[in-house]
Order: sequence, then C-alpha cells, then structure tokens
Amino acid sequence: MAIKIGVASVFVDDQDKALRFYTEVLGFAKKDEIPLGAHRWLTVVSADDPAGTQLLLEPDVHPAAGEYKRALVEDGIPCISFAVEDVRREHERLESAGVRFTQRPAEFGPVVTAVLDDTCGNLIQIVSPIS
Amino acid sequence: MSDVFEALASPARRAILDALQANDGQTLFELCGRLAMEHGLSMTRQAISQHLDVLESVGLLTTERRGRCKFHFIDTKPLGAILERWPARGDGEAGDGDQDRRGERVRG
Repeated sequence: MAIKIGVASVFVDDQDKALRFYTEVLGFAKKDEIPLGAHRWLTVVSADDPAGTQLLLEPDVHPAAGEYKRALVEDGIPCISFAVEDVRREHERLESAGVRFTQRPAEFGPVVTAVLDDTCGNLIQIVSPIS
Repeated sequence: MSDVFEALASPARRAILDALQANDGQTLFELCGRLAMEHGLSMTRQAISQHLDVLESVGLLTTERRGRCKFHFIDTKPLGAILERWPARGDGEAGDGDQDRRGERVRG
C-alpha cells in the first residue's frame, strides 16, 4: 500500500461545538470519540466513505494555535479544503443554514471554490470541479 | 508613498484595483488567487500585501473587519481630484483628433 492521508486535523476552540457544526451543518459523520487526557480523540469522516480519511477535531489549547488561527483568518486563508459535488449548490444550502462565507463561489481555473467560517476559529475552503 | 499618481503608476496596483472593481470586498486570500488566475500576476502574498498598504495610504482602498476577517474595498474618490484638476472635456471643446488621445488618457 502506498502512503496515504489517514488523519488530517483542524484546531477547534470547542470540541462539542465543532462536532455539531461538522456533522449537523457540514454533513460529516462522527467516527471515533475516545477520552484522552483533558480532551477527546474526536474524528469525523465523509458520510460516503466511513473508512476514508478522518478529520481530527483537535483542541486549540497550545499557545501557538491561537495566533496561527488568528493570522490565517485575518487574511482569509483556509486551513483545510473539502471536496463537494457542487460548490454553488452547497454555498446556497449552507448560507441558508446560517453559515457565514468569506469568499463567495468563484472560478479558479478548473475548479469552483468558496470559503466559509467553521465557527470554531477556522476558515474552510470547499471545492468542486467546474460543472 | 506621496500621492495617488505614484500609487497608480504600478501595473500590479492597477491590477489590484481592477480585481476589486470586478469583485469588491475581498480577503487577501481571494485577491491573491484572483491576481494569479485572472491577471496572470505571480506575486508573493507579502508583495500584494505591501501594494495594498500603498493603495490604502492614498485612499484608493479601504479595509473593513467583519468578525476576525479583513476585507478590501476599492475607493475611487481620490480619482475625482484628478478630474477636478484636469477636467474631461465634452465633445466639441477639443480640436480634431483630440478625442482619441483623450480616451487613451482616461483608459491608460
């Protein structure tokens, strides 16, 4: 087996709030929830691919994490990118669910992208091929 | 940076204003993407950021914080001072052939 991405992570300010946003709003499914010290090993996966790459909702308790998140958000830089079927449709759906976008759907070469606020201190890019 | 004329002398800064004119209210991230993809400019984020500072210092660009995110907007008010100093002439006021050159000045 060639090397592959098993777990990617985002620093979140509150694991419970993050779990709600990533599952109920974005549509991921919860995978693992394991007590680990003061926090939990908490991951979500694509509802279409439960055995696929996990996204770790990692507490942003390290002192450097706050400054890292603040600086990225100020410049509008997403910390991770998710694939969706149709960015424009997803933008419409999420915006009507109250999600705030910092970049509306825009075409960049072969893809459409948009950037949204995950309410946990991060910006998230969503991407789809130009339909 | 002393004035609007120096700010506008840079092709990169004019491209930034073009990008904002087309889509006003962009983050640095979005602007960097559009300048690279739509204007063929290969500048670092730091270079673009410095150009934004210059444009802001002469009032051609404003920034606004929404939440913790910073958005950039074009402000064409300073351009009014240029037209005040050298008003655009209406048809008939200029001699033959002037019209083309006038168009060039405004576009350039």
